[in-house]
Amino acid sequence: MKYNKSQQFVLVLMRVLIGWHFLYEGLLKLLTPGWTAKRYLMGSEGFMDGFFTWLSSDSMIGLINFATIALLLIVGLTLMLGIFEKVGILAGVTLLTLFYLAQPSIPGFASEMAPSEGNYFIINKNLIEMAALLVLWHFPTSRYFGLSQFFNISKPAAMATK
Amino acid sequence: MEDKQNNDMQKNSRRDALKGLIGLPLAGGVLWGAMTEARKRENARKEILEYLNINATRPEPIGDMSGDPIRVGIIGFGGRGSHLVRVLGFATKDWLDNAKKQEGQPQLKAFLDQENLNVKLTGVCDPFSIRTEQAAADFPDCKVYPSYEEMIASPDIDAVIIATPDHWHAPMAIAALEANKHVYVEKPMTHNVAETYALREAARKSKGVFQVGHQHRQTLSFITAQDVIKRGLLGHVNMVQTNTNRNSDTGAWQYNIHEKANPNTINWDQFLGNAPRVPFNKEHFFRWRKWWAYGSGLSGDLMSHDYDRVNCVLNMGMPKSIMATGGIYTHNDGREVPDVFNVCMEYPEFTTGSSREPGLEKGMTFMYSATLGNSYNRGTIFMGHDGTMELGNTLTIWADRNSTRYSDMLASGKMNADTPIYAYNPMSDQVDGVTSATSKYFADKGLLWTYRDGRRVDSAMLHMREWLSAIRNGTPVSCGIDEGFEEAMTAHMAGISWKAGRRVDWDPIREEIIALPGEDLDEILLATNVDDHLLATG
Repeated sequence: MKYNKSQQFVLVLMRVLIGWHFLYEGLLKLLTPGWTAKRYLMGSEGFMDGFFTWLSSDSMIGLINFATIALLLIVGLTLMLGIFEKVGILAGVTLLTLFYLAQPSIPGFASEMAPSEGNYFIINKNLIEMAALLVLWHFPTSRYFGLSQFFNISKPAAMATK
Repeated sequence: MEDKQNNDMQKNSRRDALKGLIGLPLAGGVLWGAMTEARKRENARKEILEYLNINATRPEPIGDMSGDPIRVGIIGFGGRGSHLVRVLGFATKDWLDNAKKQEGQPQLKAFLDQENLNVKLTGVCDPFSIRTEQAAADFPDCKVYPSYEEMIASPDIDAVIIATPDHWHAPMAIAALEANKHVYVEKPMTHNVAETYALREAARKSKGVFQVGHQHRQTLSFITAQDVIKRGLLGHVNMVQTNTNRNSDTGAWQYNIHEKANPNTINWDQFLGNAPRVPFNKEHFFRWRKWWAYGSGLSGDLMSHDYDRVNCVLNMGMPKSIMATGGIYTHNDGREVPDVFNVCMEYPEFTTGSSREPGLEKGMTFMYSATLGNSYNRGTIFMGHDGTMELGNTLTIWADRNSTRYSDMLASGKMNADTPIYAYNPMSDQVDGVTSATSKYFADKGLLWTYRDGRRVDSAMLHMREWLSAIRNGTPVSCGIDEGFEEAMTAHMAGISWKAGRRVDWDPIREEIIALPGEDLDEILLATNVDDHLLATG
């Protein structure tokens, strides 16, 4: 698929911004001693709260903490650097789906007490970021802007804009 | 032509390389941002923690448990009594069967993981024969004693645990101490004022080790809170607030009545003891907490917990005066004891130290507020000029926005009044399965379990261990006769204040509740009907 320059620009911009968001979240958790997803998981509300409480149990929480940080970093690095972006997108969609299900913005499920920076009806920012990742899945850009092009010698990037 | 093409391709590949690397500096920027933020947060945290310097170390259980087993008798083998022998390693078959059916078997695992306290359960005494038969069937060394006197007189008993209705605590404890047997008695230590002096006398004279069952003294958050107060981190504590909030039948002492309860299975005269003679009544037997003749209402039953929870942290002792109000507003089911109850205890001379000019700060009110008709969780809060501490199984401290002590750190933004400056949560890596609203109530208060070496431990087990170590090794107990005296006497003052409808004062020199001319305080305290009493005294 060929994009014009404006299309390239906005798609890469979106990819880098989402990557930035995930990378910072992952790094800050990695660099915070004793960080744990436990409190977040235990505060889960909605039709899947039992599942998330189970994830917060003693036997699971170590794995969950590791996986959360690892997936955040994978999404962040792949999208920012532009390499294996589809792996990153898949990981990102998985994480955002779980985040959404843990605290769904569905009337009757969402906690009225939880502080919120906005008001949401079913759709919240997690869902929107997930939709943006789905767009990136169908409009990949790392072959043109990103480390991937060094692994795609057979398809010179310069051809794309011609 | 070919050269130009080559040149173009080279130019393109340089441009492509740049495009390929576009993300690297940005990712580096994010890394720098994250490291800076993480370092800033960690430095602020460290600076505050070093400044507070709170000691939250986990004490090792002290005292050797080896040697001959200590031979223990249990008097009162109901709900609490069976719990207390369970922490000694003796669980009934019924309890084990139920624990095995639980998902994940957390209670069974905790029971099997318990330290062996090297105890032999050699006796049981209870007026309800179904209970004694169960103990005799499930514990091979356990002999059924028809009366507590016979158990105390037995050479096979070194120590007794008393988990009876309140009106039996002192008579049994005194008899055991006079026989130089060791005593672990449930709270409240006594049922009336006169008994409180008599028991203190007996404990002081006896060779037996005496402990009152306020197991929260073993809870880590409370031990940490003692250090917070010692370091003056809250400034002058001028108000303490503790609460009871329950909204269930069990919480309001509407316990199940056993199907096999009848005059043949219950020794009714033995149950009554020094209580007024009334005909056989199953409800009195199983729901004794609802009547003054056997129980102590909210003051002795639940305020006594909160009083000792605060006393073990502040060590403030007897209040100068007490005012209590309340009534039977949520369970008007024939009970005599109030179910909504508020107590203000005044300590005009008390201080935890001050960060302000000398002489400005002195005195504290300790407020206990209870309802059995609402379960909204109100925490235990210590309020000082410099900070606020919320204390349960966790401990959280906030700096006060107008604090003198923290004014510099607040002004510099290192602290802010909305974020805790200290949060101690020993269970942060544990999920706790709490099964009922009432046990949740006790767990939140730090009354059920605590942590040692990252493992959940029943605090009653540690409290019992402390008592056994005192028996074996002469180590101290944390809730002995002096602490028990203060707990019981304060509860009785609150009960008298409610019954008499007036402020009740304490004379610290004579160690007496001040009675008005002609008043018999114990008569007021144990009066079955408040209105009758008020009418009688005009």
